[in-house]
Amino acid sequence: MSTSLTTPQQDPDLNTPLGGVSLTAGQLPRGAAPTTLVAAGLAGLLLWFLADWDIVPCALLAAAAYVVIIYTWSRAVEGPRKATDRFVTAAVSGAFLLALLPLVSVIFTVVSRGVVRFDSEFFTYSMVGVTSEGGGIYHAMMGTLIITGLATLISVPIGMLTAIYLVEYGRGKLAKAITFFVDVMTGIPSIVAGLFAYALFVMMFGPGVRMGMAGAVALSVLMIPTVVRSTEEMLKLVPNELREASYALAVPKWRTILKVVLPTALAGIATGVTLAIARVIGETAPLLVTAGLTDGDNFDPFDGRMTTLSVFSYYEYQSPGLFAEASFDRAWGAALVLIIIVMVLNLVARAISKLFAPKTR
Amino acid sequence: MAKRIEVKDLDIYYDKFLAVQGVSMTIQPRSVTALIGPSGCGKSTFLRTLNRMHELVPNARVEGSVVMDDDDLYGANVDPVNVRRQIGMVFQRANPFPTMSIYDNVAAGLKLNNKRLKKSDMDDLVERSLKSANLWEEVKDRLHKPGSGLSGGQQQRLCIARAIAVQPEVLLMDEPCSALDPISTQAIEDLMLELKENYTIVIVTHNMQQAARVSDTTGFFNLQGVGKPGELVEIDETTRIFSTPSQKATEDYISGRFG
Repeated sequence: MSTSLTTPQQDPDLNTPLGGVSLTAGQLPRGAAPTTLVAAGLAGLLLWFLADWDIVPCALLAAAAYVVIIYTWSRAVEGPRKATDRFVTAAVSGAFLLALLPLVSVIFTVVSRGVVRFDSEFFTYSMVGVTSEGGGIYHAMMGTLIITGLATLISVPIGMLTAIYLVEYGRGKLAKAITFFVDVMTGIPSIVAGLFAYALFVMMFGPGVRMGMAGAVALSVLMIPTVVRSTEEMLKLVPNELREASYALAVPKWRTILKVVLPTALAGIATGVTLAIARVIGETAPLLVTAGLTDGDNFDPFDGRMTTLSVFSYYEYQSPGLFAEASFDRAWGAALVLIIIVMVLNLVARAISKLFAPKTR
Repeated sequence: MAKRIEVKDLDIYYDKFLAVQGVSMTIQPRSVTALIGPSGCGKSTFLRTLNRMHELVPNARVEGSVVMDDDDLYGANVDPVNVRRQIGMVFQRANPFPTMSIYDNVAAGLKLNNKRLKKSDMDDLVERSLKSANLWEEVKDRLHKPGSGLSGGQQQRLCIARAIAVQPEVLLMDEPCSALDPISTQAIEDLMLELKENYTIVIVTHNMQQAARVSDTTGFFNLQGVGKPGELVEIDETTRIFSTPSQKATEDYISGRFG
């Protein structure tokens, strides 16, 4: 009894915190990971230069070596949790680089081959009477803008109204059926959309018909489901409290949708629409069967063939003629212009969503 | 302004589920009526039937009558939009329109309905509403800044200003102070005492001190058990409810001896 009074039982936790686990742990020296990475990379380069291996196995070997070294080293010094962390970090970064590789490669190829024809003639002339070098894509640029613009004019009202119906009004079987068919439409192959539009216009104008409008209809078949989906998601994000606040101010439902729900979701909807445009602007197959190809300027979507950038690019490569090199240059140039247009559209989408986003300051 | 509401034998349903049963009460004009009771007993549901917000939930419906000025709000040819024009509402969570400025939020009731006023009249209306909501001094220099940049208490007062800008007869408040600090709560309670000069106010609250401070009449809602409908246990002058309630359940609830 007296012993316990003079030397009170000590709490074991006070000396060994967290039940025996020390708060400090070993750590790899600063810069261990980059140093290992550089070493592995150098080893890979050596193999490439000296042993004369292919570059792909060298890179893979270097990456594998880095992962193995950093994992075992870290496990020995820092313990299994940190080692797993380093392993997963390496795996995630590797996957990212792998995904980036084709993208960078495509952009590099298109830019390096496309800029060859970036001269004033390329942007101001059509292909009328051009049999050798020279010629331009003015007609194709205008064709792309006109057809895509018309497709947007058709798709955005239909798509947005469908989404409004689904989110604000739709109940029961009809809404479910529409949602189902929109999902199905998202997966339609683009050539099917093209054939549908072609068949439709053949019914109206007879066989062999080619016009920009048919291309626009084909593109809107592809575009509508995208617009419906993105608008629907954005409308669902609008808090129900805002609708209730509006109803409580005796605002009818349609005005609530028009003046409260839509403005609140506008930023997202604008982004969705722009991305939908970017998705269809590069379509080739449906335009091949509906709008066709012509050498000269045709800016009337209801009258005859109309060239677009992607179709132009395809034909220049598919049937280059005698002066093949000039043809290929034009094809790459058109492809680069298309990529630039899509990039500008994406930037516009960002600007729009910044502009319309609800502000707090 | 300010009207009497007579509720008679009101049963409130969510689809087939009877949520609130057999409510009868008279809501006096130019007074504050507080509704208290445990969570889930149907206070908010009942409040939302008073301006026909309840039916916005799919398949929700009511039976019984809510009579204001000899008109049954649930009569066959009554337009719910017109009901809400006379009976405004403030919600538990402040919900200013995020796309609008402070000015536009207050003017929303008119602007969203395309009512055109002269600019000077509109300015007057906004100033008057913000002054009634005790918010004018704090926002008068930033009227055209977004409403969502205000603090929580300010946003709630902005919502009150928005509700009274359309000059309703009755103002329903669903736990308007539950997310606010004591200072903002004080501001809104003072506001209620001022507003009851001109409006009929019905407030749902979990704060019994608040009910005792601001209300003239208090109704106590309760439910018998889980899955059973909520019901109005008793309604009386606030001083009576908090001193000598006639029902034992009321006494247990307000003295904290519940459950």
